[in-house]
Amino acid sequence: MSAYLLRRIGTSIVVLIGISIFMYLLLHEVFPSPAKIALGLKATPASIAAFNKQNGYDRPVIAQYLSYMNGLVHGNLGYSYAENQTVAALFQERLARSIYLSGISLLLAILIALPLGIFQAVRRNTVGDNVATSAAFILYSMPSFFLGLILIQVFALSFPILGFEASQSTSIWVVIGDWHDMLLPILTLTLITVANFSRYMRSSSIDVLAQDYIKVARAKGLPERLVLLRHMVRNASLPMVTLVGLFLPALLAGNLITETLFNFEGLGLLFYTSLGKEDYPVLLAYTLVGAVFVVLGNFVADIALTVADPRIRLA
Amino acid sequence: MAAGRQASLPPLDTTRAPEGGEVGAVQSGWRLALREFVRNRLAVAGIGILLFFVVFCFLGPLVYHANLLDVNLINAHDPPGAGHPLGADVNGFDVLGELMKGGQAALEIGFFAAFVAITIGALVGAVAGLAGGIVDTVLMRIVDIFLSVPFLFVVLILAARYGASVLSLSLVIGGFSWQVPARLVRGEVLTIRERDFVLAARTAGTRSWRLIRKHLLPNSVGVMVVNVTFQVADAILAVAYIGFLGFGLHYPNLDWGDMISDGVGYMQDGYWWLIYPVGICIVLTVMALNFIGDALRDSLDVRLRRR
Repeated sequence: MSAYLLRRIGTSIVVLIGISIFMYLLLHEVFPSPAKIALGLKATPASIAAFNKQNGYDRPVIAQYLSYMNGLVHGNLGYSYAENQTVAALFQERLARSIYLSGISLLLAILIALPLGIFQAVRRNTVGDNVATSAAFILYSMPSFFLGLILIQVFALSFPILGFEASQSTSIWVVIGDWHDMLLPILTLTLITVANFSRYMRSSSIDVLAQDYIKVARAKGLPERLVLLRHMVRNASLPMVTLVGLFLPALLAGNLITETLFNFEGLGLLFYTSLGKEDYPVLLAYTLVGAVFVVLGNFVADIALTVADPRIRLA
Repeated sequence: MAAGRQASLPPLDTTRAPEGGEVGAVQSGWRLALREFVRNRLAVAGIGILLFFVVFCFLGPLVYHANLLDVNLINAHDPPGAGHPLGADVNGFDVLGELMKGGQAALEIGFFAAFVAITIGALVGAVAGLAGGIVDTVLMRIVDIFLSVPFLFVVLILAARYGASVLSLSLVIGGFSWQVPARLVRGEVLTIRERDFVLAARTAGTRSWRLIRKHLLPNSVGVMVVNVTFQVADAILAVAYIGFLGFGLHYPNLDWGDMISDGVGYMQDGYWWLIYPVGICIVLTVMALNFIGDALRDSLDVRLRRR
């Protein structure tokens, strides 16, 4: 198994280096220098050149890349001239809120999708299964902001039960406690994630149900409830580990859309406003950190699956 | 045996097997797949919905003339009624006309982006699968790198910088969606290249490119067709997201996401016709494509299983 682990670490490192070079080059091509933002739109070419020279934006791309990565490893994510703060400070303000929104949605999605998949497999082709499958189908054919708008219309405008704007508080504890305002954004993100998970959970649960050990357990006389609890749940959860890893990029994107729709001051909304302002340091740091997060997430999911599933370990 | 005379055989009866019993019509691979596909009612519904949207978006404007260029503030925010079957938007443009025009953009970008993705993906996958060795490893690492790219963010950055048009959005979306088809085609090629007809072609001296063009890719078409369908659906959703965030097509063009983002500001005023018809169009189109894709996958898998 350690050979697999070493190979996997090697692959991840190669991909990490590759993705960082690719993203840096791409963003360098798109926004070569923040001179226009720092100096204003009427800056003369001479002052732009002086700014570039002073801040190292006229060096060859490789040199800029290396010094940027050096800074990144030491926690220096660059400086945002548009916001007049370091990028790291901007991220730090919003990190807790975004982690809360994405984390709680992911957790709820797992808690709903897993039993739902098992239920769909056990009650296959009954009314319950068909309703769940149809609902999931409609939900994942829908852009997430449309679902959000429908939820806002129903729960915040037509029947004013919940708030249509997410909590604007700066304290994470107030945000966590404010279910009135946070329920709709969390619900939007959760439902979309559940819809995407349930496709795979349903088919993997059906596969597990057809396995021999389930038949043996039933033949032994084990009550159905225990068959499900002891055998089915464990084996049906295995694909969930891979799914979470695969779904991380979508989670980041969902974060962006949901925060923009509900005006939630998180990392996603920061990306959106920085894009409008062409605040290149923030965009570069965001996409790089996002890509690194995705690679690491997939790596952890692979390792977790190897730990959880002995069949892979011993293969 | 006398020269010039052959032993006479009874005429060949093609309707009975030698051991007795009926012989049915020949079931070739494609016909079988088509039969399975048509049996799936959802798939037929999907094709119907898709055809409806193509006709609605491209032929509709020939029949229903709506002025989408001249701002008309007197009619702004008109609810559905006489003259405007689905109401008017913030600029006074007719919503039904906007639906048609936005649909043109959505379908054009969807199909073109899928075409770009499958072209790049099939080439990369075929080359990787056929070559093997170091070329395969390098190409697959490149695929891994592109898979780690946060899709929506990069597409947004490129759309914001280089402006949004049907061409640029298609290239950008397709340019970051080719990884999955590459992996699928590579998998198919790895299987096909061990088959006898490929070995025969290689023995006859066929060069690699001809091998890819004539043998490997045509036999991977099943996998590619399924993937292309889902690519179109994903591309239409991606355009909706980009348009909603404000980086899609702008006046005088428009797209569906753009329409929704305009309408969001008026939700509290109750102008439902600015949002729900567009949203339903997006959902129906994507659902139709997903139906078709699922049915294609089922029917082609069955064909492979029965071989």
